[in-house]
Parts: sequence; structure tokens; C-alpha cells
Amino acid sequence: MFDSNSYLNMELMRFTTAGSVDDGKSTLIGRLLYDSKSIFEDQLENIRATSERRGENYVNLALLTDGLRAEREQGITIDVAYRYFSTPKRKFIIADTPGHIQYTRNMVTGASTANLAIILIDARNGVVEQTRRHSLIASLLGIPHIAVCINKMDLVDYSQEQYDKIVKDYRDFAARLKVKDIHFLPISALNGDNVVTRSTKMPWYEGVTLLYLLETVHIAGDTNHIDARFPVQYVIRPYNDEFHDYRGYAGRLSSGVLRPGDRVTILPSGLQSSIKAIEMDGKELQEAFAPMSVTVLLNDDIDISRGDMIVRDNNKPQVEQDIEAMICWMGDQPLRPDGKYALKHTTRDARAVVKDIKYKLDISSLHRITDNPVISANDIGRISIRTTAPLMYDPYTRNRETGSFILIDEGTNVTVGAGIILD
Amino acid sequence: MSLSLNHLKTLESEAIYVIREAAAQFQNPCILFSGGKDSIAVTYLAKKAFYPAPIPFPLVHVDTGHNFPETIAYRDQLVAKLGVRLIVGSVQESIDKARVAEEKGFNASRIRLQTTTLLDTIEEFKFDCALGGARRDEEKARAKERFFSHRDEFGQWDPKNQRPELWNLFNGRKHVGEHFRVFPISNWTELDVWQYMAMEGIDLPTLYYAHKRKVFERDGVLLAESEHIPMKPNEKPEERLIRFRTIGDITSTGATVSVAATIDEIIQEVASTRITERGGRADDKRSETSMEDRKKEGYF
Repeated sequence: MFDSNSYLNMELMRFTTAGSVDDGKSTLIGRLLYDSKSIFEDQLENIRATSERRGENYVNLALLTDGLRAEREQGITIDVAYRYFSTPKRKFIIADTPGHIQYTRNMVTGASTANLAIILIDARNGVVEQTRRHSLIASLLGIPHIAVCINKMDLVDYSQEQYDKIVKDYRDFAARLKVKDIHFLPISALNGDNVVTRSTKMPWYEGVTLLYLLETVHIAGDTNHIDARFPVQYVIRPYNDEFHDYRGYAGRLSSGVLRPGDRVTILPSGLQSSIKAIEMDGKELQEAFAPMSVTVLLNDDIDISRGDMIVRDNNKPQVEQDIEAMICWMGDQPLRPDGKYALKHTTRDARAVVKDIKYKLDISSLHRITDNPVISANDIGRISIRTTAPLMYDPYTRNRETGSFILIDEGTNVTVGAGIILD
Repeated sequence: MSLSLNHLKTLESEAIYVIREAAAQFQNPCILFSGGKDSIAVTYLAKKAFYPAPIPFPLVHVDTGHNFPETIAYRDQLVAKLGVRLIVGSVQESIDKARVAEEKGFNASRIRLQTTTLLDTIEEFKFDCALGGARRDEEKARAKERFFSHRDEFGQWDPKNQRPELWNLFNGRKHVGEHFRVFPISNWTELDVWQYMAMEGIDLPTLYYAHKRKVFERDGVLLAESEHIPMKPNEKPEERLIRFRTIGDITSTGATVSVAATIDEIIQEVASTRITERGGRADDKRSETSMEDRKKEGYF
């Protein structure tokens, strides 16, 4: 029986899955959905019929996630797909990213909001180039938790020796990355070993199942509750008799906590005031913390508009026009040295000019290519930019919300770059 | 002191953020209102997002003329309660003006015709953004949707060429004549919507709750007896205890046999069901990718 009160205590967790073409990613997701009873009968019937019509020998669980006509026709995944399931403990959002085309672009998109990344390794092949790429991106995008799933254990006779070797190889490589929390699990997605239920084939493994890890890994501590950052999104002015002088600053806290009475500074102007009230839907709140959407009222009448940021007097972000960043490039045309782009950062719009391309990263070896680096689609590199208006930012490693920006091509309006601000 | 939000509050906060972002980035947005629970959720979230100011955009209802009367009654009450402007785009008018032609036969439906009326309404009122209640868990083509979804000057969606959506930075830049569809509850599931309605104490149209109604079966779908659906000689309506899990045009909305008469009972039912929500939608059964095809043309 479903407990109708328990859902009020459920946490939301976002994770992304990374893997190469045949590493069993779709099977793993299918297994998680199936074993947690999140696949519906008509969905299963539908893909069973489709698999049969296409002459496939088994129920192709990839059809669950590949929804577009071109994907079904070509048997490929084009775009990030979002999947949902829940257990009594948590609700999960999976950003399922395709492994082969526009790989960096898709994985960066999926990783940008994830709490955890699942990295799949084929137990027969061990750590390969793709593993290193996935891990680098997960590290660069600041995903706090990584679950390295060593899959297809059934094909290596559930060998502890093979598992231990892969774990060691991975640890040696990951020592060069900044990942806070890495877990290793020997699994077989096809047979369900250690996915939802414990495997009886690997008594030597004393760890938890993947689902148990997803349900229990501590994510509340991933949010920055120290630096209060409130980018103003929209100014609420009712213009009616009842709320004649009402001026509310609507937005969502990027990080930290705000309370009525707090002394605050408005950036970039530097004007100061204090918080009169924090509201949502007419109800006054005693505190607001990330990621809450609220409306803030101040005690002084000052000119504040969208793109400004409300922070505490004694804890301010950097306010700069010269920014150092890693850029993940997504545009069809390479990043133009001296190019001008539209930039979005928190709720702020600006323009940016590329001052310098310092290097391009060789994603497999982590080597820096400094000799005439060209940053093309799916490349990652380090750049310096100057913006037309100051940005109020924190380093990305400290704050994923105030430490990130996107670049937009002003001609096509397409998002071409994802920027990660460095210290 | 615990600084964590439960999943419903997190989803609510995300939706309000998206709605405010639409209000800030576009000149002239509207909410697409179908009378279904998802567009009702978006409307209530918009009320919260701007309180004490009124919702700064109108509701647009694309009316096929084949409605459940309960939907229209609920719509008019909600509009009066929230003090929001209502714009009705009429499919009947599009037919009368010969913009579209009525489908013929027993399974005739105005679902596809809605697209023309919708795009005409968007053009007439110069909307540059239409907020909708589509959810990614509803349907496989919708699983690939963005929060901010670009439409070209023909109102078309190009699923293979979508803008990447990174962090919470939404790119609503566009050329003249183009518009955006914005989906604030993208990440909600059917169960989330119901749990949210229970948490917030929001009443829904009576169609969602178990009630007695004359229905008949066609191709495995239970349809309501209605003047808008011609019946075949062998189709005999009988009174059954049913409810609707989704509400759309009366010709294509299938009923579910159910005794769930309260929100809590519905949550129990939804949590234990093994059939998807749109399993009863005749419009989705036309082909494996019928939703994608309609969406490309400019459907919701």
C-alpha cells in the first residue's frame, strides 16, 4: 500500500548516466525502471511489439528512451532524454545522455544539474578512453557523487580479481580529478546483479546495490548553504489600491539562507538595505534557502532590477568584468578568437568578447594543447573573456549556480558554449 | 533546522522559477489552458509566482467545440476566481473559415485541427511565448523537450536541433516571428501533480473523480456517450463507474473504470496503476510517433 504521507518527506535526486555505445546503459536504465516497477504494462507491451516487428530477439529496452522517429529508425539516441521513477525514499530524475554523437554537448547538458553520475565500465575492457572522458566531464561539471558501475560481471565469471584491477586502474586515473565521493559497484545490468537486488554470485562484494546507493547517498549537503546569493529575476509591482507601494523582488536563491532582518547589499550598485519580509504566495516565511523561489521585500526604496543580486553585507561574491573560465563548446562553428557573444549568467544578460584562448584540453590524456588551439564543437578549453557589464560570481567549485554561464551566438541565437568560472 | 526541500517543494520552486523567467524574457506570453489538471497546475503556479500582482498574462483555450461541459464550467469559475483574462480560439471558427477541414468517419477528431487554431491565435494576439502543462513523463517525444522550446516562424518544432539547456540558464532569444513554448512542470510526473493538488488543497474538475457515466468501448478504449461521437450499430453504451485520468477533447479521451472518488484515493490508484496515463488517449494510438508528428507541426 502506498503511504500517502511519506511523499511529503521524499527528496528529489537528479542523476546522469554516461557510457559508450555497447556498455549496457539502456539495459541498466531499463533494469532500474523495471525492477522498481516504473515501467507500465502498456509501455512494455508497446516496446515488445515493436521489437518483435523489427525482428529483434529480445525486448529492446532502449526503445523506452529512444522516442523520436529518427532515433527509432536509426537505432541511435539523438538527444538527452529525461526519465522519472521513484521509490518510497526518493524521486529520481535521470538525464539519459547518448554516448556517441555530440557526446560532450549532451553529457555536459545532463551533468550540469546532476547530483550523481553513473559511469559504466565494461568488465571485459576495463578503463577505456570513454571512461576517462566521462569522468573528466563529471569532475569539471562538479557532480558531487560518482557511481562507477563495473558492468557485465557475468561475462568475466564474476571475477573479484578483474573487478579489483579495474577499481585500482580507475583510482589511479581519478586521483588527478576533483571528485568528492566515488563509489564502485560490480553489476550485471542484464541479469540484475547488484542493481536493485543483491547478487548471490559475488559473495566477495560487501557493498550496497546501485538502487540502495541512489536512495541513500547524502545529497542535502551538496547545496551551498553558506553564501547567500539572490539574483533578482523579476520585480513584482501590483499597481492596485490594496498593494499600492508594494515592490517585491522575485527570484530563486542560488545558494545560502536569507532571513527577515538580514543586512543586505545590492550588487553591482553596492547600495545597502535590510530585509523587511520574505514571502511566497502572500505567506511570510521565517527563512528562505536554496533552491527556494520566493519574493523579497526590503526596508528601503532603492532602484533594483532584473539581473541585480541581493547578498549579505559580510559575504559578497566577486564583481568583475574580466573572467577566466573553462568553456565546453557546442557550436557548429569553432569559438572565434576576439569573437563577441551574448552571455547569460544567473538572471543577468551581457555581451562578452573572447580575449584569449589559453589552451584546449585533450580530453583523454588531460594534456593541454597550447599551440594555436582551436576550440570546435565538443571541445573543452580555457579562455579569458571580458564582459560589457560586471558579473557577480563565485568560482564554480564553490557555487554551480553563480559560477556558470552560457554563450549565445548573436546571429543565430543558438547556445554555443557552457562556461565554468575559475578561481 | 533542516535546510532541505521535499521533492514537491523542489518541483514547485523550479516551476515558479521557469514561469518568472518566461515573464521576464518575453514581451507577450500566454498560458495554454486545456482544462486538464496539468494546465490547472501551471495556472495555480503562475498565481503563486506573481502574488500579490495578478497573473501577468492571459489564458488561451483552444476550444474544439467537443468539450465536456464540466471542463468549460470549471474554466469559467477559475478565470473569475483568479481575475485572469481568457482568450478562446475556436476550432469551429477555423472550420467555418475553411482554414481546416473536418475529419470524416467514426474516429473523426478535431485534435489535429487544433494546431491550426492554436497557431492562428498565437499570430493574431502576437504571443511570443506560450506556457503549457506538458510533462516529460507523459509521452516519449515529450521526454526530449526543453523547458524553453524554440518554434520557428511556422510554429514548428525541430527535435533534432534543440538548444542545449544548461544549469538553470534558459535561452529565450529569437528572431521576429518565432516563438517559444515553455513547460514549467516538465519534470513532474502524474503522481507529482496529484500529490501537489492534495498538498495545496486544489479542487479539480469533477471528471477526474469516480462518477457514473454512460460509456461504450471502442478499440479497447472506453469513450463517453456524446453527441460528438457517432456510434456504430454494435456499440451499446452502458452506465459504469468511471473517471478520466486525462482530459482533452471528448472524442478522444478514454475513461478508466475506477472507484477513486477523492484525491487521496486517486493518489493510491495512480501509485499502484500499471497502465500509463495516456494509455487511454485515442489520439496517441494513431501511430507510434503520432505525438512527435503533431508536435513538429506546432501542437502543444
